[in-house]
Amino acid sequence: MSVTVKIPTQLRAATGGDAEVEVSGSTVGEVLDAVFEAHGDLRERITQDGDLRRFVNVYVSGEDIRFQQGLDTEITEGDEVTILPAVAGGC
Amino acid sequence: MPAESLKCKECGATYELGAGYACESCFGPLEVAYDFSGLDAAEAKRRIQAGSQGIWRYGDYLPFSGRPQDPLEPGLTPLVRADRLADRLGLDAEVWIKNDAANPTHSFKDRVVAVAVAKARELGFKTVACASTGNLANAVAAHAAAAGLESYVLVPANLEEQKLLATGIYGTNLVGVRGNYDDVNRLCTQLAETRPWAFVNVNLRPYYAEGSKTLAYETAEQLGWELPDRVVCPIASGSLFTKVARGFQEWLDLGLVEGGQPVFNGAQALGCSPVATAFAEGWDVCKPQKPETIAKSLAIGDPADGPYAVEQARRSGGAIDSVTDEEIRAGIRLLAETTGIFTETAGGVTIGVLAKLAERGDIGGGERVVVYITGEGLKTLDAARDSFHMHEIDPDLGSFESEFEQRQEVAA
Repeated sequence: MSVTVKIPTQLRAATGGDAEVEVSGSTVGEVLDAVFEAHGDLRERITQDGDLRRFVNVYVSGEDIRFQQGLDTEITEGDEVTILPAVAGGC
Repeated sequence: MPAESLKCKECGATYELGAGYACESCFGPLEVAYDFSGLDAAEAKRRIQAGSQGIWRYGDYLPFSGRPQDPLEPGLTPLVRADRLADRLGLDAEVWIKNDAANPTHSFKDRVVAVAVAKARELGFKTVACASTGNLANAVAAHAAAAGLESYVLVPANLEEQKLLATGIYGTNLVGVRGNYDDVNRLCTQLAETRPWAFVNVNLRPYYAEGSKTLAYETAEQLGWELPDRVVCPIASGSLFTKVARGFQEWLDLGLVEGGQPVFNGAQALGCSPVATAFAEGWDVCKPQKPETIAKSLAIGDPADGPYAVEQARRSGGAIDSVTDEEIRAGIRLLAETTGIFTETAGGVTIGVLAKLAERGDIGGGERVVVYITGEGLKTLDAARDSFHMHEIDPDLGSFESEFEQRQEVAA
């Protein structure tokens, strides 16, 4: 399954400036692993001990993966995976 | 200038004082770091007392090199003793209400927005924007209008009508998003990457959040340079809760006040209680929720500062509780009946939790408790509907007499 992963500004130094990365995978975890394979620096920045760091949000086509199956959330053709900092908003 | 950098709260990495909010190394939130060395406590107090009648009197503790021009300065809201409220709750304690509805757009958001808009101007932005549950929308639209900046305000489309009306009137670009606050927030985080705008609670969030410290400074100053024993404070993202603690801590460290941090009690609505749940379960992170509550101004299902709010409550020996929509309505009514202050649903949450603490016996005799009321009742009128009976009579004396005689007979 080929998907587009949107990279936020804060992480683009690790992707050589790319705002999007095209990879394949059938779950969010597989997709992220494929992203890390292409851009090794990203792994440490957004994960810790195999889990997402606590201020990293990942969405599959707009829906937070924590409302789904987390890293096991399945990807379907045409999905878009978005990584965003969780520190925005509110008061 | 005491503000020296933006510093990551997670890993300590530092950045220049520009528009940025997330650490590039670990995605942690950035916070303004200061160098207060050389500050003399007595001189610092004099500078505050000689300052303006609003938040800019605390300019030495905010991230600016000079005092910003602010045509709509918020702050110095009343701190009122609420003995009748304490009596009704059976408390042998000193209860104070910090009525932050008494700000230019009737909520504490004027504080954070005043700081963010001043920073936006300093950084050269022409347009300010925000993701809001309503109060922030009012404040951003108004402060942008006063400062002559363009603004975009994004809110959930199903917001209370009063909050939409009290935003659109300022001539902002009001955008109702078909989704909840967390959807709006995600959209704004994405927009902040492509638009050259100052999103007050996204790319200017480190500055914006600093505005909440002024609630702590005012509390201390209004109590005669003393800290309360306990605070009760609503939690949406957890930013206000943690920044009030930071404000107290800065003044403790600088010797402007003595003693220690108060106990921190957080208040959430049961229908959106990710932080209260994390506290109760002993988690270090908050599991996001889909909000379902009348307290829309607190309806953030994915609270950015949730983990820090949980830590603050634990560290201070406090707690984070939640209340039902019924308890929220009762809280609004109780505050109105005992203090003459009509608060919005968020205030009902806070008073509801105060009542819960009283019932549980958590508040000791003689404790000095400060309760933060962050918004105005006229913005959430639906919560007051059907909570009382209006007598309807014909315009003559007999009609009045019979209505009230009848009532007295019933009462007898």
